[in-house]
Amino acid sequence: MSSTATHGTDTLRVGDREYQAVIGLEVHAQLLTRSKMFCGCSAAYVGAPPNSNTCPVCLGLPGTLPVINRQAVEYTVRTAVALNCEIPEFTKFDRKNYFYPDLPKGYQISQYDLPLSRRGWLQFHVDGEQRRCGITRVHLEEDTGTMYHAGDVLQSATSSLVDCNRCGVPLMEIVGEPDLRTPEEAREYLIWLRRVLMYIGVNDGNLEQGSFRCDANVSIRPRGSDQLGVKVEIKNMNSFRAVHHALGYEIERQRQVLEQGGALPQETRGWVETQQATVSQRSKEYAHDYRYFPEPDLPPLQLEAALVERIRGELPELPDARAARLRRQHGLGDYDAGLLTATREEADTYESVVATGVGAKLAANWMLGDVARLANEHRLPLQQSGLGVAGLAALLRLLEAGTISGSVAKELLAELYRDGGDPAALVEQRGLGQVSDAGALSSLIDEAIAQGSKAVADFRAGKEAALQSLVGYVMKQTRGRADAQLVNRLLRERLGG
Amino acid sequence: MSFTGGTVAASAAALREGGVSPQELLAEARAQFERVDAEVGAVLTQTWELAERQAADAQRRLREDPGAASPLCGIPVALKDVLCLEGVACTAGSRILEGFHPPYTGTAVQRLLDAGAVVIGKTNCDEFAMGSSTENSAYRPVRNPWDRSRVPGGSSGGSAAAVAAGMVPYSLGTDTGGSIRQPAALCGVVGFKPTYGRVSRYGLIAFASSLDQIGPFAHTVEDCALVYSAIAGHDPRDSTSSPTAVEDPMETLRGGIAGMRLGVPHEYFGEGLEPGVRRAVEEALRVLEGMGATLDEVSLPSTGAALSTYYIIAPAECSSNLARYDGIRFGMRKEHDALLQMYLDTRGCGFGAEVKRRIMLGTYALSSGYYDAYYRKAQKVRTVIAEEFAAAFERVDALVCATSPTVAFPLAAREDPLSMYLCDVLTLPVNLAGLPGVSLPCGMADGLPVGLQVIAPRFQDARALRVAHAYEQATGWHRARSPLVEATA
Ligand SMILES: [Zn+2]
Repeated sequence: MSSTATHGTDTLRVGDREYQAVIGLEVHAQLLTRSKMFCGCSAAYVGAPPNSNTCPVCLGLPGTLPVINRQAVEYTVRTAVALNCEIPEFTKFDRKNYFYPDLPKGYQISQYDLPLSRRGWLQFHVDGEQRRCGITRVHLEEDTGTMYHAGDVLQSATSSLVDCNRCGVPLMEIVGEPDLRTPEEAREYLIWLRRVLMYIGVNDGNLEQGSFRCDANVSIRPRGSDQLGVKVEIKNMNSFRAVHHALGYEIERQRQVLEQGGALPQETRGWVETQQATVSQRSKEYAHDYRYFPEPDLPPLQLEAALVERIRGELPELPDARAARLRRQHGLGDYDAGLLTATREEADTYESVVATGVGAKLAANWMLGDVARLANEHRLPLQQSGLGVAGLAALLRLLEAGTISGSVAKELLAELYRDGGDPAALVEQRGLGQVSDAGALSSLIDEAIAQGSKAVADFRAGKEAALQSLVGYVMKQTRGRADAQLVNRLLRERLGG
Repeated sequence: MSFTGGTVAASAAALREGGVSPQELLAEARAQFERVDAEVGAVLTQTWELAERQAADAQRRLREDPGAASPLCGIPVALKDVLCLEGVACTAGSRILEGFHPPYTGTAVQRLLDAGAVVIGKTNCDEFAMGSSTENSAYRPVRNPWDRSRVPGGSSGGSAAAVAAGMVPYSLGTDTGGSIRQPAALCGVVGFKPTYGRVSRYGLIAFASSLDQIGPFAHTVEDCALVYSAIAGHDPRDSTSSPTAVEDPMETLRGGIAGMRLGVPHEYFGEGLEPGVRRAVEEALRVLEGMGATLDEVSLPSTGAALSTYYIIAPAECSSNLARYDGIRFGMRKEHDALLQMYLDTRGCGFGAEVKRRIMLGTYALSSGYYDAYYRKAQKVRTVIAEEFAAAFERVDALVCATSPTVAFPLAAREDPLSMYLCDVLTLPVNLAGLPGVSLPCGMADGLPVGLQVIAPRFQDARALRVAHAYEQATGWHRARSPLVEATA
């Protein structure tokens, strides 16, 4: 399908009319609490043998009752504060009733008309431009179990197994306003939202394992209209790429339906990765009536202002603010500042390296270049590598002081990342110190000129670039230890350039 | 009279004086059970082996430190079959829970076990506690020990009958709209529904969460107070259980009622009251007056709306609470290849007619488009009803009235659900307001027991028991026993 119309701008053309997509995202994020939402079972269910991480409460056995996890409430408040939400004094839980084998009680304890927070916003960036998307509400609920079908789907499966290990894991639902217009905006919104949740330590951001999940509502409407079109809900998107592709596909599909004079039914569609297409799952006529009503087993929750203020006070610097500070404080560009603040660990590492006196630009270049490449190669972050954060700082200080050359630094970095060790000791031991004494380099300069007569002629004829091969000769002879800038200067002097 | 046909207090004293041992009490309970229960049908599951172990344990505790042992130590008890006891079948009177053995023990039951109770079995009840005659039990009806052609009331009919028939000196029931007080009245025993939030509901198979409360049956108010003391109090596993300290009802039990102001709610003496019941209750009012209490007529104008309010809220909660019986994880399952059909078959076969009726009523009341007209409005009326009680309690210390408009009626006499719902018309407003209520014998009509109801403000459980105790001691109706007990004596 053609995606130029949807991916480049927010304008679509159908016949003579221009259309615009309207996208709203719903994110479900599991909270990093120790125990489940309403019982004492561990919330870290991944990897446990099926149905072992359960108790009478999360199995929904007759006679059991839920007890609210305070930590989950505090994490949700923390999220609400980070997303600039209003937090009412009073909140309550409600039952959402429906039958499904992975829902032991036959209802999910969720929040309906008095959520923990509402009316906030998230700031994010698309191509260096700042955007803001409204947050309708952030509420707290419990996760369901998981099912394994013999076959693809429940309806055609010959048998199905239910695993309740995930039942009752605290789940936060973050409902975004339909403020997004393109698949890019949607993807960037999700990236920034995930970043915020990870920064504040409430979610591990794992899309593959489903601890961070996203559903999208999308419709298209004539440009300039303030009416919303018929909304289609899209599910089953397990990566940022899937969200981007599914929205692109769906917007184009809706455009084509309208172009052919068709009507769009309100429905739920699933993204099928293998087909790269959305497929209808359920139309509005079959939509559930969830029969929400207040959970009688849980009294309403009073959120004291003092608690909210304490949580507000403890909030770490958020990624957007931190990127802005790095730009201001260290003169970094948008792109570098964004990358260096992608995770809290990365930003902490960068700032602790700079704090040892290493130049801000130098530290940024190395962290985003060689260090990032090595981390990727070894599948090991710097913090856990042999080098460590302090090692990187020490190495970069040697470089900056002129003790070692850039190419030596590069070689040492790779070795230390893998094997560990003290950079200064290694330089000393192997005699890797930079040669920056003009006298010591003099005979090598002569040699370079003698063996490179063509380059010398080219340079004298005005070809600046020709000098590089002469510099390269000296560097090679010193196994990279020569101070490249000094060699450059000495060569120019000798050649009268 | 036998010990198990007598009072907890008498058994507790005899256990300490060496007149009897826990094993002998247990043997007596078993003998009486074997003699009469084929006729009564009070017990669904017997736990004699467990009881033997508990009796031996209680014996040891009584020998080691009789002073420290609870008054309940070594005394047989029967539990309504909606209360979970680890490893013992729990059916809630329903086919759908056939084969279900809870892997845990509920809080109130655990507190009895901690006190040294000897559990002889689980008692019959209306399916999921929905009913007023115990005829809705999926297993068999319970018969009234006073007249086996009549019902014991319900839904805790088995627990009431087990005490009335002299099998155990006390039992536990649950009360959602009168399910302790009404069968207590019909079986001529004392039944106490504590304030909502006083006894943990953890381990109680829910019918209607905002109304359910566990409480005791016994022959005397004092016994009920002893059991209440053992099971009441905050439970971190039940967020609706009150964290406030429980007052000791024994401290004020014998304080008398001289100078107390007792309210007589005008609306509770309407047309539906049988003449025999009215006579007995009015006589009781004169007795109370004679003991120095002032009687004040009070009005609870919204009483007429209570029944319909209750039959929206309780079914709404039940429709959700009973969703977990889906054939997936426990209890009955009717196998089918298709999930939906498995749900339909399992629930279609597993639930009885009354349970299905209430699930449908509740599902309807919560449906989109009907929620405001039914559920929300019912919650508003519920608030009004609670406020009217609160206003009355500004003038009076407690309310007195009949528990049930009728005495025990014949089995199969009330096939029409509405006439059955009317059994609880005097008890269910108390649940809607979350108040404590006691029912105690106050005379006979046509040879059948009549119950007097004492209602107190929220958390004034001790006051309700005090008024009831004073009346009981002044009259002696509590000494009457059903023919099944007299026959043993
Ligand atoms: Zn659990």
